[in-house]
Amino acid sequence: MDISYHDVLLVGGGGAGLRAAIAVAETNPKLSVAVVSKVYPMRSHTVSAEGGAAGVIKSGDSLDDHAYDTISGGDWLCDQDAVEIFVKEAPEELLRLEHWGCPWSRDPDGHIAVRAFGGMKKMRTWFAADKTGFHLLHTLFQTTLKYKAVTRYDEWFVTKLLVDEGRVQGVVALQLMSGRIQAITAKSVILCTGGCGRVFPFTTNASIKTGDGMALAFQAGAPLKDMEFVQYHPTGLPFTGILITEAARSEGGYLINKDGYRYLQDYNLGTPTDKPVLRNMELGPRDRLSQAFVKEVEKGRTTDTPYGSVVHLDLRHMGEKFINSRLPFVRELCLKYENIDPVKELIPVRPVIHYMMGGVHTDNHGATPLAGLYAAGEVACVSINGANRLGSNSLPELLVFGARAGKAAALSAMEQKPPSEQVVSQARDEKLRLEKQFLHKTGGRERIVTIRSEMHQAMESGAGIYRNQTSLQQAADKLRELRERFWDISLDDHSLTFNTELVAALEQSFMLDVGSAIVESALHRTESRGAHQRTDFPARDDRNFLAHALIFRNPDGSNRIEQSPVVVTRWPPGERVYGVKSEAKEVATT
Amino acid sequence: MPETISLEVLRYSPETDAEPSFQRYDVPLRKDWVVLDALNYIKDKVDGSLTFRWSCRMGICGSCGMMVNGEPKLTCATFLSNYARDAAPVRVQPLRYFPVIRDLVVEVTDFMTKLQSVKPWLIRGEEKPTSEGEYLQTPDQLDRYKQFSMCINCMLCYAACPVYGLDPVFIGPAAIALAQRYNMDSRDEGAHERMDVLAQHEGIWGCTFVGECTQVCPKHVDPAGAIQQYKLTATIERFKSFLLPRGAK
Repeated sequence: MDISYHDVLLVGGGGAGLRAAIAVAETNPKLSVAVVSKVYPMRSHTVSAEGGAAGVIKSGDSLDDHAYDTISGGDWLCDQDAVEIFVKEAPEELLRLEHWGCPWSRDPDGHIAVRAFGGMKKMRTWFAADKTGFHLLHTLFQTTLKYKAVTRYDEWFVTKLLVDEGRVQGVVALQLMSGRIQAITAKSVILCTGGCGRVFPFTTNASIKTGDGMALAFQAGAPLKDMEFVQYHPTGLPFTGILITEAARSEGGYLINKDGYRYLQDYNLGTPTDKPVLRNMELGPRDRLSQAFVKEVEKGRTTDTPYGSVVHLDLRHMGEKFINSRLPFVRELCLKYENIDPVKELIPVRPVIHYMMGGVHTDNHGATPLAGLYAAGEVACVSINGANRLGSNSLPELLVFGARAGKAAALSAMEQKPPSEQVVSQARDEKLRLEKQFLHKTGGRERIVTIRSEMHQAMESGAGIYRNQTSLQQAADKLRELRERFWDISLDDHSLTFNTELVAALEQSFMLDVGSAIVESALHRTESRGAHQRTDFPARDDRNFLAHALIFRNPDGSNRIEQSPVVVTRWPPGERVYGVKSEAKEVATT
Repeated sequence: MPETISLEVLRYSPETDAEPSFQRYDVPLRKDWVVLDALNYIKDKVDGSLTFRWSCRMGICGSCGMMVNGEPKLTCATFLSNYARDAAPVRVQPLRYFPVIRDLVVEVTDFMTKLQSVKPWLIRGEEKPTSEGEYLQTPDQLDRYKQFSMCINCMLCYAACPVYGLDPVFIGPAAIALAQRYNMDSRDEGAHERMDVLAQHEGIWGCTFVGECTQVCPKHVDPAGAIQQYKLTATIERFKSFLLPRGAK
């Protein structure tokens, strides 16, 4: 069994992982950092983020305003101490990106430009045209290249966390190119693997977003938090699920139903205006917009397509020049993937699974309850997103908490002993498991695609925008059945060289765990809050559920749920008000 | 439009095959399917061992570049229906000029080393603390390097570059464009450091200005333009270095 030694190990090389790697190197340049990623880091899903990154920088804005928008947007499930840290550190992190070369869009005088975004009452979203995540990731990746302490394990898939004496001491990983399975040990491990949108059939998430880090932590005994909160983004292209950024609305786009009517006015989101107005209509939060879509379907006011019902996004009044300068990627995506030109035509859209508010439970330094294990970015739940994340908060989140987790993991690693002997035998057992269960196994009647399709169906019909006891219970039963059937899986591919089918099987296993955590957490929460809407419990219930839900895996394979209190500092729970009542202000379009 | 379309996909497994060979598959032809959808159909329904990379399916992660009928393409952005009129099957092969690991997956290590060699990060003589705010950069200054910052590292330009095909030491279009992305950035002061790498033979002088790289770029980056610009800069700098001490501008 090969074994390699590092001080801090990152699982995942997207925005959070790379930011954490730099933070480790800056905390102590003598520490050895490993970035273990199943794809080359610049392929990570951060690359797909479009609209922007929120951070208070302009006069007239304040940290308290950003905090309030985030907390009310999250339907008061956010931990307010975490939110206060987040809004305070976000601008500095975004400035660091600027100093590392990120090509932020600029005002004519050379200062950073900001744009409006959904649920934000001030313009505070930094952007790099509409490819913000792409530029952020490439800037971070290219900056990482100058740190000699960072060793990359590109295209290595982590199958298990090594835990001994109550402490995470590394991982077992498979090198895709060679099929080699080995232990990579470290004194601290940070999970930065992103979300799990692929648990659902219709998602903006890349094929790699299979919840690996959530499942790894869960199996190792760390709890997942608030997993019932899954964000639908209101504007995905039908069939592909490609995201049309919220910036399309914040720059002035309209959402219309089949009658050409701006239907959001019927759902307590304010009144239509020609120019976009902050926290009003199309600039409402994502959960409320996605829920309004379902109501429109029920009223028969949507358009039927081969890929389900759609409404339309209308950008035509914005003009070609403006669209090209502010939303070039939107136009490119529509032209290339939908054969539609938004300068002249309506864009068909429907809600699409986009983001996990829930994730691995961490404190404000990214530490999980399991010693030696940290998490940052979408895989983690600190929680600053509560029951519904505001658009443009996820990029600054991965920077702020990536940096914090990197620093905390570095400081902790400096205090630790080398890995125990025991982890080597654990790694050997894991290698035997992978060979026995997949590589050397013959027979088996189940195909990955069958398990995946049935999981997709169960999640979509059971745990979609609206859920209830019956739909969730059916999904839970189905997932349990699929878990049993998964043992009978058969692979066509027994090769050691770049075995993508083996990876797909391991990902499928992870997704079954994550899916069951989502469904069981949703069963537990008998109220409606933010993105979690129960038709059988339509009201928010602060008396019983102003609390996080932590789900743990029991040794016998069953799960248990415990509640933990929400941290309230200065903003007592209130009503979420959007539209004219919320001191709406017209967006100053440049 | 016919109901099915044939693909001929290059298969190669180093563990079992002496050399690569084509395998033919018939897949449903759907109007909105891209070549990548066909490959996923084969993997899911026909042969789980077919091996290729993909991730975002929206033309931004840069994973799924392959040769389609001899042209370098992002397979997520290449509709099958474009090939429906042809009687011959659609040929899908790994990116040209790269060593093949298996089937459609090529070895990327050399490309990654080349990217790193041009020091693609912001180099400053003096770092300003973030407490003093951003480096100012006007929209015009941003526009000077913006297109070079759009590279998604998909490597189609290497598969299109005849110079790289003949001489794998050539640092190649994307790496040079990336160097130029930082050289042209008003915040950067590292052009001299990058010159050492780029002015070598296998740097910019290797390019014979064929221009294929610019034509195949799915993101409208102009690496050929970057190379020409840089040849000019390097010539001037080299000339100046005879007259002035190093580092003077």
